[in-house]
Amino acid sequence: MTTVGQRKSHESATGHVSGKALYTDDQRQPIGMVSLYPVTAPHASARITHIDVSAAYGVAGVVTVLTAEDVPGENDTGVIIRDEVLFPTEVISYWGQAVVWVVGETETAARLGADRVVVHYEPLPPILSIKDAIAANSFQGQPLVVRRGDATTALQAADFCLTGEVEMNGQDHFYLETQASWVIPDGEGNYQIYSSTQHPTETQVIIARVLGIPNNRVVVTCLRMGGGFGGKESQANPFAAVAAIAAVKTGRPARVRLRRSQDMTLTGKRHGLLGQYQVGFSQEGHITALDVDLYADGGWSLDLSPPVLLRAALHVDNAYYIPDIEVRGQIVKTHKTSNTAFRGFGGPQGMVVGEEIIDRVARFLGLPPEVVRERNFYHGEGATNTTHYGQEIFDNRIACIWSQVKANANFAERRIEIAHFNQSHSYKKRGLAITPVKFGISFNKTQYNQAGALILIYTDGSIQLNHGGTEMGQGLHTKMLQVAASALGVKIDRFRLMPTSTDKVPNTSATAASSGADLNGQAVKDACETLKARLAPVAAKLMNLDAPEDLVFEDGWIYSRSYPNDRIRFEQVVEQAYNDRVSLSATGYYRTPNIYWDAATSQGRPFYYFAYGAAVSEVEVDGFTGTFKLRQVDIVHDVGESLNPLVDQGQIEGGFVQGMGWLTMEELVWDAQGRLRSDAPSTYKIPTISEVPEHFHVELLQRAAQEGVIYGSKAVGEPPLMLAMSVREAIRDAIAAFGAVDFVPLASPATPEAILWAIESVKARSGAKSGVAESLLVSPTV
Amino acid sequence: MRLRFRRRRLGQFAIAGTVGAVLAGFTKQAMGQSTPQTPSKPEVPADPNSYVDVELQINGKEQMLKIEPRVTLLDVLRERLDLTGTKKGCDHGQCGACTVLVNGRRINSCLTFAIMHRGAEITTIEGLAKGNTLHPMQAAFVAHDAFQCGYCTPGQICSAVGLVNEGHAQSDADIRELMSGNICRCGAYPNIVTAVREVLEGKKNAAV
Repeated sequence: MTTVGQRKSHESATGHVSGKALYTDDQRQPIGMVSLYPVTAPHASARITHIDVSAAYGVAGVVTVLTAEDVPGENDTGVIIRDEVLFPTEVISYWGQAVVWVVGETETAARLGADRVVVHYEPLPPILSIKDAIAANSFQGQPLVVRRGDATTALQAADFCLTGEVEMNGQDHFYLETQASWVIPDGEGNYQIYSSTQHPTETQVIIARVLGIPNNRVVVTCLRMGGGFGGKESQANPFAAVAAIAAVKTGRPARVRLRRSQDMTLTGKRHGLLGQYQVGFSQEGHITALDVDLYADGGWSLDLSPPVLLRAALHVDNAYYIPDIEVRGQIVKTHKTSNTAFRGFGGPQGMVVGEEIIDRVARFLGLPPEVVRERNFYHGEGATNTTHYGQEIFDNRIACIWSQVKANANFAERRIEIAHFNQSHSYKKRGLAITPVKFGISFNKTQYNQAGALILIYTDGSIQLNHGGTEMGQGLHTKMLQVAASALGVKIDRFRLMPTSTDKVPNTSATAASSGADLNGQAVKDACETLKARLAPVAAKLMNLDAPEDLVFEDGWIYSRSYPNDRIRFEQVVEQAYNDRVSLSATGYYRTPNIYWDAATSQGRPFYYFAYGAAVSEVEVDGFTGTFKLRQVDIVHDVGESLNPLVDQGQIEGGFVQGMGWLTMEELVWDAQGRLRSDAPSTYKIPTISEVPEHFHVELLQRAAQEGVIYGSKAVGEPPLMLAMSVREAIRDAIAAFGAVDFVPLASPATPEAILWAIESVKARSGAKSGVAESLLVSPTV
Repeated sequence: MRLRFRRRRLGQFAIAGTVGAVLAGFTKQAMGQSTPQTPSKPEVPADPNSYVDVELQINGKEQMLKIEPRVTLLDVLRERLDLTGTKKGCDHGQCGACTVLVNGRRINSCLTFAIMHRGAEITTIEGLAKGNTLHPMQAAFVAHDAFQCGYCTPGQICSAVGLVNEGHAQSDADIRELMSGNICRCGAYPNIVTAVREVLEGKKNAAV
């Protein structure tokens, strides 16, 4: 019996429904634990002229106040470069930035103490938008270029040419569990950290750097997270670091747990992005040339912006072959939170730009957008099936998925029905759209594509399973149990899945880039194979067999393929192995083969493979209010041979809902002073249960085994988020029905307000060919 | 039965100030750290008279507590009674993660003071199961995988139990409307609807 491929429920299911599954801040508190509270800056940009913390000590319960002087090592938590000061002493870089942290017996005492800290500022004018940053020449990191062919020449030769731009908002992660870290000093100079982090190794390295001690004195453990979505890949580090400094200074356990408004104000988000394009195309809608500038809002520090921008640049093409293309990218520096990883990691932003362009071309030519999409798909072999960064798509599944979801959704019939509906309704219009997803799987940075595992078998046959990945709800631990149970041929209940900890598996990569199961699964399997190779001779000896290589491990039994009736229990072999002095613990290791990247030319094979999907969405838009209702969604998604269809379906549905939130309702609002005004669920709207479509059909692509990946499966964490582009395009389709225009500009997120403005714009221009669009037309060489 | 409670959090609750101060003094000595001097008389002292005795019925057990009147039910559960199954998602009554049942009605425990519930029957996620037998709503959430990260789950389940008790929900649309105060960032919503529907239908069938 194998457990891989089964619909196994989440390994913590019972813990979750009974409230017993522990998150960082749910643990039994050690005696004497202190709490921290930040003093935050009331300016987005300012010079610090004076800090006086003395009054805080007048508050009962205040233990101490942490300032830059208390940092034993480096006062910086930057992950790619050192530009992320932990305790600022000279300048304030964004509104709400923590200047000092007050340590109290309780959070209340720390908060009252923080109220009394006096900081004087000299305010400076902040840069708050991408366009203002471009105008002020405020950039960070290095510009990047990805190109194939000669876009400039191809644009001149194109039948038609359009220019335009699309800007999209960022997105707050809004993990339900805010950032939390506990640091427990042992009194001998070592620190045990419990942190809600997707990247325990990096949290460990940053804490060691900030404390000025070797990595081996810091152990970081992640029990599980109440959601991560990329927001705890690098963003957990500074909070764990200040708690560590408090532990050093007071000698006591220390705790940081952010309030919701603090979390939203202090932590980075999905990058807002501006795309400016020039596209050349033929009468038939074939895109022949594309020239794009992408500007990602990095916020106040670099964080992970360079790889985010790179992924955006590598996904502008989405599923489309563009013969001559040049993508340039830059990271702007603004006085806002330092933007970071978020499910899709720049890919969604790049793809939204690509889909915007496709729609623009289609409406200009009067062709249905889905027809233009189809005509531009990667196809065939060689150049037409090769991306602009030189990677051939050897397993192209786009057309297959596309036709399947179109059939499932009755796309053609519904197009006609909707046209009839729209003819007979003046103030309500329906829209239908289908969009594809092609998403590259692997960390862009080649060295991150490695993983480790550690399996410990005890003499009673019970097993501890450790791997380098963290659990944030994506079901990684469940999948790893399935892999280990299958590989070792035992039942799942024999395992205890251990919390992710840097003293078990060192030097791990972030659980990110959808890679958790791919990388850690192979490492777990590798450890199992090592153990089986050691146990087989012991079993063979017990059964008086000559050939251990003939043995089968299955369902808690070991037997010879030649004599299947003569079998022996797993624990009996384990016991004998101990007596024979055979090691019962093993590490496993994996590195993804055949990937490489040349950063100088932006060419290579950065992705091990691609994940594919397509979605059909239908909406109804109210012309009076701009509100929309998502009527039906049909999805076909490729997860290879699913390790766990139950978990994968949840990832697809959840990813879609989160993407829909980003594109239609989640609006980050910064005011003119740079204050984040959407800092709570009351002002920042994420999807609720009532926004999920009633008809929501998700189908996994069948017979889809992916060669070279753990049990033929495929990564599933991020790709489904981009299926939600179909909602944005369906809304645009409905807006277009309010008039007859060749261009439907739509802001992102497509909130009711944005939709209403778009409808007004369509109505105003209706009938006048190329009304507003005219100014954006560039030399149509008709 | 009168239960001896374990004091989890210092300060906000009685005795805290002293223990804290003693500990802080001890550590300072032991660690030889040069923290700035704490004035002997704090300007904002903790007021020992501000604590009140409260008796609460939580998950069928009597709990005798000495708390400040301004302490929320959520903080009492989490910080004082180690009932950390109830989660703090926003602390402003906007996310539903802290939902508990008071006399069978669902409320946001972050928006209510503990002392307001003297004599009431408070049920948290830890009190729903009977021994090792899960409450039907808990079992339905497991059966339909109605969660991912699990952080909103205790609130979702308590809210769903409250919804069933209210008796208003007749359709999936009703479930969506009446569960919309409990947000789930992972988007496990389709399965939550399925789980709640199953319990509702089981209830209807049982009544027939």
